Amino acid sequence: MAKYVVATPDEIPPGERKVVDIGGRSIGIFNIDGEFFAIRNSCPHQGGPLCKGRVTGFLESSVPGTYTYTRKGEILRCPWHSWEFDIKTGQSWWNPAQRRVRKYDVHVESGKDIDASNSEREKGPYIADTFPVTVEQQYLVVEVE
Amino acid sequence: MENTTTKRSKLPVIDCDIHNSVPPGALSPYLSERWQEHFKTFGLRSRIGGYYPRALRNAARQDAWPPSGLAPGADLGFMQEQLLDAWNIEYGVLNPLIPVGEQLNLEYGAALSQAVNEWQVADWVEPEPRLRASIVVPYEDGDLAAEEIHRCAPRPEFVQILLIARTKDPLGNRKYWKIYEAAVKHDLPIGIHFGGVAGPITGAGWPSYYIEDHGGMPQAFHTQVISYVCEGVFERFPTLKIVLIEGGFAWLPPLLWRLDATWAKLRCEVPELQRKPSEYIRDHFWFSTQPMEEPPKREYFEQLLEQMDMDDKLMFATDYPHWDFDAPDRALPSFLKPELRRKILAENARALYSFEQN
Repeated sequence: MAKYVVATPDEIPPGERKVVDIGGRSIGIFNIDGEFFAIRNSCPHQGGPLCKGRVTGFLESSVPGTYTYTRKGEILRCPWHSWEFDIKTGQSWWNPAQRRVRKYDVHVESGKDIDASNSEREKGPYIADTFPVTVEQQYLVVEVE
Repeated sequence: MENTTTKRSKLPVIDCDIHNSVPPGALSPYLSERWQEHFKTFGLRSRIGGYYPRALRNAARQDAWPPSGLAPGADLGFMQEQLLDAWNIEYGVLNPLIPVGEQLNLEYGAALSQAVNEWQVADWVEPEPRLRASIVVPYEDGDLAAEEIHRCAPRPEFVQILLIARTKDPLGNRKYWKIYEAAVKHDLPIGIHFGGVAGPITGAGWPSYYIEDHGGMPQAFHTQVISYVCEGVFERFPTLKIVLIEGGFAWLPPLLWRLDATWAKLRCEVPELQRKPSEYIRDHFWFSTQPMEEPPKREYFEQLLEQMDMDDKLMFATDYPHWDFDAPDRALPSFLKPELRRKILAENARALYSFEQN
């Protein structure tokens, strides 16, 4: 499991996203209410650029005439055919049994920690500076096999 | 552009359904002052399929909006990058869904047809040799439509005549025969594309939802196929070729069976028919793939192909830049035999449209 530094947390405010290239794979990093999630930018249906799609919620109806709209900001709709995926899990919500988009672990690490464990990580586009003030900066780290 | 969508097909790909759209002002050079003024004052009647609000703006892929700010399909450079280059498309057939035939003012429709056809040559086919154009016509008037076909057809930029699935009358009706007379004279196929705003969209009135409009579109294609056969169009125009675009095809076998059975009993009503309806249909119709029906089991799809018995008549299409786009490397079932895959992806269209081997 290689770790890649992909962004600083303030680059991706809540509700926003950043699409990054990690070892030839395009991956979208999403901020949902301060938590970060990463999923593959390729729809399992026909390969559309999933992470460029609209973020929406989950509209359900248990009986006709009754509707609930929940999980606003957590459902990603492919820009091609509008297949919907749960950003937190990569799960498809139109055909849950068969389709899931690859999800990756993403977490925040301090620059100091990244620097300390440098030997076991792939180098990303950001370099932790040696000045004390930047070593305390936090970074988003994605884990990819 | 995202690298994830860039997959060059190893097999040749011919795309039978690409939608180019008009940037603001692009038709003006080809309209007389009379019609420029009319266009500025009144605009256009409706848009194709405009009965129901689309799920996505312009019914387009969200990533198909060009950085130039133009509408999807209006920017040749962006189309080259996102479609033609991305999948190494060998040839593409342009089907502009500009509502020229939908104008109730028929002379306006004729003027717009001329303008759209000239604009296609100048702004699309001349600068991009992979593209060919369909002739748009004011199809509700046979004479005006035929005139435009005779004007355009001799030019090699045009490979097809474009009609729409939902017309005022079924297309076998004699009011449209001038169109077919012109088509066979110039040996150009007729393409009938998804859409149209001529009347209620089903045989039972108006449904409520876009999903019914989209999912129910084969009803209009059914109507057209039956009409062509029963009106004796293929007896009158034995070399006529018709491409059904974006209507699917899984609905065809039961229709063939039903028509053959009915014809056996009612043939005295249409004595000019010399052959079974299914024979005319297999000889005269081609089908584009997008969006093709996706049976849940492989065996069902294989049975469908066997029931149709039209392996030479299926042709790949992307429908770029629309939201129900099919990707050349992903849309066809993986189990298709290589020979059939090659036919559907390129060779059937190459034969129909007489595209040279590159």
